[in-house]
Amino acid sequence: MAESTVRRTSRARRGGRTGSTWPIHVLLVIAVVFMVVPFVWQLLTVFKTTAEVTRIPPTILPADFSLHSFETFFSTVPFWSMFAVSAGSLVLRVAGQIVVAALAGYAFARIPFRGSKVLFGLFIVMLMVPSQLFLIGQFQLIRDLKLLDTLPALAIPGLFSAFGTFLMRQAFLTMPGDYEEAARLDGANTFQVFWHVMLPMARPMLAALAVLTGLYSWNDLLWPLIVSPSGENRPLPVGLAGLQGQFGTDYPTLMAGALVCSIPLVIVFLALQRQFFAGIASSGLKG
Amino acid sequence: MTTVATKPVRRPTGRRTGVSKPSGWWGLAFIAPATIGLIALYAWPFVSTLLKSFQDVPAFGPATFVGLDNYTTLIGDGDFWKAFRNSALYTVIILLGIPLAVVLASLIEQVGRGRAIYRVLFFLPVVTLPVAIGMVWRFIYNGDFGLLNYVLSWFGIDGQFWVADPRFTIYAFGVVGIWMGLGINLIILGAGLQAIPKALYEASSLDGAGRVRQFFHITVPLLSPSIFFVTILSVISALQMFDLLFIMLRGVNNTALTDSKTIVYLFYEKAFVQFDQGYGAAIAIVLLMVIMIATALQFRLQRSWVFYG
Repeated sequence: MAESTVRRTSRARRGGRTGSTWPIHVLLVIAVVFMVVPFVWQLLTVFKTTAEVTRIPPTILPADFSLHSFETFFSTVPFWSMFAVSAGSLVLRVAGQIVVAALAGYAFARIPFRGSKVLFGLFIVMLMVPSQLFLIGQFQLIRDLKLLDTLPALAIPGLFSAFGTFLMRQAFLTMPGDYEEAARLDGANTFQVFWHVMLPMARPMLAALAVLTGLYSWNDLLWPLIVSPSGENRPLPVGLAGLQGQFGTDYPTLMAGALVCSIPLVIVFLALQRQFFAGIASSGLKG
Repeated sequence: MTTVATKPVRRPTGRRTGVSKPSGWWGLAFIAPATIGLIALYAWPFVSTLLKSFQDVPAFGPATFVGLDNYTTLIGDGDFWKAFRNSALYTVIILLGIPLAVVLASLIEQVGRGRAIYRVLFFLPVVTLPVAIGMVWRFIYNGDFGLLNYVLSWFGIDGQFWVADPRFTIYAFGVVGIWMGLGINLIILGAGLQAIPKALYEASSLDGAGRVRQFFHITVPLLSPSIFFVTILSVISALQMFDLLFIMLRGVNNTALTDSKTIVYLFYEKAFVQFDQGYGAAIAIVLLMVIMIATALQFRLQRSWVFYG
């Protein structure tokens, strides 16, 4: 609605000068070709036979349409259990982080208490430290808790995030205090004010944080690699990496695996584009 | 969503002076989960990494304090310098993608219909598993029957083993890195472009400025804070490159792998494959310092090119 009006006016203003935007489209389409060629090549490869893939020169379209790649993939890889691990850890991380970060962000933004500034400073410092600096200690904690190779091991560090807390604080800072005061006058306590009044208003930022956390959780390789040494309870990225070792030259199967493991998040993205873009744009607040 | 307040704390009602401020106890209660997590899983691990970097930590048995030994070993370690050089080279290549992102962002901003489609297409690699991306590109780069060599053969260019030949590996990764990061950069730059007043373009086109002129004289200077931000983010993430290398060099001949490790890969290998956590910790601390120096340097340099209107 609002966006389409903006779009129309900006088009009228800028494109209107020359009256056509086709040269721009030509340039963009060339760039898009480079963007999608790897995906198209992957899709075409999936339907080829292993023998066809190693032919020189390569065939563009599959000579005889074959589905053996999917059969090999699903019969050798426990896809659904890996998917369940990935999805389970994503849900835990997203739900946990949203609750923890929203509570803390609200307190930092709207409740004055002793030591608030110092504590927030600690969050900011941790925000600037690259994640690799935490891995050794996190691994040790997970090992000491005897949680290696379990689903909680994958999710626990991701429940807490300095970045999420920071993002939620920014969201609550920009809200007007009127609603809060009105609710308080009606006798609501601090938690009720937070839960019934302020949290609903922070929904766009919550969605952005959820999407960012989900994206990170789904794609993460290094942490699962470290905490699943036995290979039990592996999420998709680790399983897929194992596939590369196992089927080094069976490219159709590798491409099918890569495709099947990537599709779920791509579908979520297509459904929630706006939240994804808002999430990425809000990471701009980090600076 | 029926909610019952967890702690039915009665606040004194009937205060005449207006609304009472929430008490500090609420603040502490709200902040407790995040703080406990932050200390146990971030602050303490950070301190322990710092401490371990001064210790010899065997896989079993107690650690011993060894002072700066890990760091002096690091300075004399050819593998470390190779990894450092690889990470730096990869980062420089990634930076070359930023001008490309600026041009594309401004082109996308200028189209009306179809903008949403372009955004989605450029964003696809961001939502695709990095491991999957590594596998697809590895196949494209394959020296025997990869797509890239086939396309190059149309132009009479001899194919190469882009991944397995250490002369090309980092460059091959760099191209994939640019391709993968474009979507994120376009979104951040796109948000910056929205903030540029359209009247500036109108006025300048009345004065006869063409699109190219407008790009260099309006878009780039006014977008420079966003460009700066994208640069900072790109450098930080490029210095932490791991996934692509892990997946693209699996099972490849040894020279390519030993010659193409990045700092984070070396860290992973030392700390979690060889379980030499003291040395691994030292590498992590050096990584932190490299990132801090690179970021500080950019903040110094920004004075000469970032324009805060």
